[in-house]
Amino acid sequence: MAASSELGKDKLTWMYTQMCRIREFEERVKRTFVEHPGVIRGHAHLGDGAEASIVGSLATRHENDLVMPSYRCHGYPLVLGTSAKAVMAEIYQRKTGVCKGFGGSMHLADPAHHLPTASGIIGQGIAHAAGAAYAAQVKKTGQVVYSFFGDGSSKQGAFYETLNMAAVWKLPVVFVLENNEYQAYTHIKLEDANAIAGDPLSQKAKAFSIPGATVDGTDPLKVYDAVNEAAERARAGKGPSLIESKFYRFSPHGNAITVPPVPTQFQEHEAIEVYGNKAEFAAAQANDPIKKFRAHLIGAGVVTEADAKKIEDFVRTEMDEVVKFALESPLPAPEDALNYVYA
Amino acid sequence: MAREMMFAEAIAVAITEEMQRDPSVVFYGQNMAMTDRDPFVRKFGKDRVRITPISETAEMGIAIGAAMNGLRPIVELYMAEFMLVAFDEVINEAPRLRYMSGGQVKVPCVFKAGFGFAAGWAGQHSNCTYHAMMGIPGLKVAVPSTSADAMGLMRAAIRDDNPVVYLHHYMLTIDKGPVPEGEHIVPFGVADIKREGTDVTIVATAWMVKKSLAAAEQLAKEGVSAEVVDPRTLAPLDIDTIVESVKKTGRLVLVDQAPRHASAAAVIAGEVAEHGFEYLKAPIKMVTALNTSVPYSEPMESYVLPSEEKIVSAVKSVLARHAAAV
Repeated sequence: MAASSELGKDKLTWMYTQMCRIREFEERVKRTFVEHPGVIRGHAHLGDGAEASIVGSLATRHENDLVMPSYRCHGYPLVLGTSAKAVMAEIYQRKTGVCKGFGGSMHLADPAHHLPTASGIIGQGIAHAAGAAYAAQVKKTGQVVYSFFGDGSSKQGAFYETLNMAAVWKLPVVFVLENNEYQAYTHIKLEDANAIAGDPLSQKAKAFSIPGATVDGTDPLKVYDAVNEAAERARAGKGPSLIESKFYRFSPHGNAITVPPVPTQFQEHEAIEVYGNKAEFAAAQANDPIKKFRAHLIGAGVVTEADAKKIEDFVRTEMDEVVKFALESPLPAPEDALNYVYA
Repeated sequence: MAREMMFAEAIAVAITEEMQRDPSVVFYGQNMAMTDRDPFVRKFGKDRVRITPISETAEMGIAIGAAMNGLRPIVELYMAEFMLVAFDEVINEAPRLRYMSGGQVKVPCVFKAGFGFAAGWAGQHSNCTYHAMMGIPGLKVAVPSTSADAMGLMRAAIRDDNPVVYLHHYMLTIDKGPVPEGEHIVPFGVADIKREGTDVTIVATAWMVKKSLAAAEQLAKEGVSAEVVDPRTLAPLDIDTIVESVKKTGRLVLVDQAPRHASAAAVIAGEVAEHGFEYLKAPIKMVTALNTSVPYSEPMESYVLPSEEKIVSAVKSVLARHAAAV
């Protein structure tokens, strides 16, 4: 793929649209807990704040490249072309969901749109992504696999074992470490040796003698360039890279963990709720990737204010329909539960 | 026509022939394929046959991802206990992904490991871990007891579209037995009657089948006709064949190398109690490992594990119970 400076109006507009779709989708998920309590069960994890990182990464894909995210996985299928209605319906436990109500928020899967699965266990999907890359290597499919995981995952054994093996085998995989500064509820300065020492997390790449880079994950064009270089390297048979994409998630780790019938909602971000650090959260909000990219596109003359508003209106209308579809969709039949145990 | 083959050889032949048949089958693990002289490397090349670091999570996790993208990986894990350091992949990844995706993906892979090494390997390398895996929906577990089954179940495991844990008993490794010519396949979920009998049913797997057959031979000399049933796979588990056998004999002895409360025997006992109670003329008897870790020293190891003598004694006890009741 070309460098970000060569991206045309269509692609840049597409990128902004996808970022807005992720944000609006996640806002609707969050609102559902208030407006339709009980419709979403279990634990949902939002990607608001990650839009530039997700879209900047996925904008570098070739048609058949695979994407394997963590359990914080709503944004990726939206960008890959999965029906947003099917994603919301899945989160709403519906038969019309992309996984027919078998997986829910943490386990979105849509192999037809190049997202095989998302594991809900921290870090384990990293190994699955490397495995998909091994298959691509053996079968010479030309695919690159994009592995997305959080900073918390980078302390899991699966991370170290897999990056070592991917390096030894020169697998065509790009590891995108999404550093949002919080491992669930714990601040990274409490649990990451690199962070405590003031070093970037991309330094972990040195342990495997592979390229490591840290990028501003609130700028989709910077993410694009870093991930693009890593993807082209992987595609050329030179093996994996580790990209640390730094951004802030605007929502807490997930909706509050409550025991039914106690209702659950999203509370304040951990920065405020746990650490009492309102300034940190305010600074992150001032650095909102969507606002920044909007200003950049208008400033560069790619879109007008009116164009941007049109996109935002379009996205709001789309998500109105998405929520309506998901709410009106039927639940699965109880006995559907017996399907798909074995192939 | 059958050929004589060692148990381990039958497994290797099955893997080799399946790799020849299907280019999507790959085979990797620790301490294998180390040089170009390796027979698998020579036949199939270094893309399909690889050495790995000591990284069970990555080895099995990579197999899962590769399976979802078109390969059929066989992971050589050597000892079943080594899977324990990466049990998430075995229990909570491989068998869950298809289901959670609503049937959109399949995960055809084989986790191959030896187990039950009752030869002084002490507490951490002699165990029977299948109890923790046989109750996981989505996962299949094969436990062959003969060369023929070892070959046939390995073929079936490789061709299966689901994750399979293939456990071969270390104490059977160099045993020789007949293997049918041609593409011998043993379907999963079909128990095999290793010896027919009319007085008592003995259900056993892997090495315990060998011990049970020896016990049956001894019992025959004393006029007792024991039927030995080998489920061959613990998941799926062929309860029907076991219940049918109990219907014929009226008595059931379950032999299992695992400790009693985490044994396949306990699961089978529960199934027979529910589905075959009316046929039982005596209570079910379980011959299992005693409730200890496996000790190192030989006299203690022998003491805690099931033996031919313990099986004979258990059979006599269920027969005596019947005699007393009549």
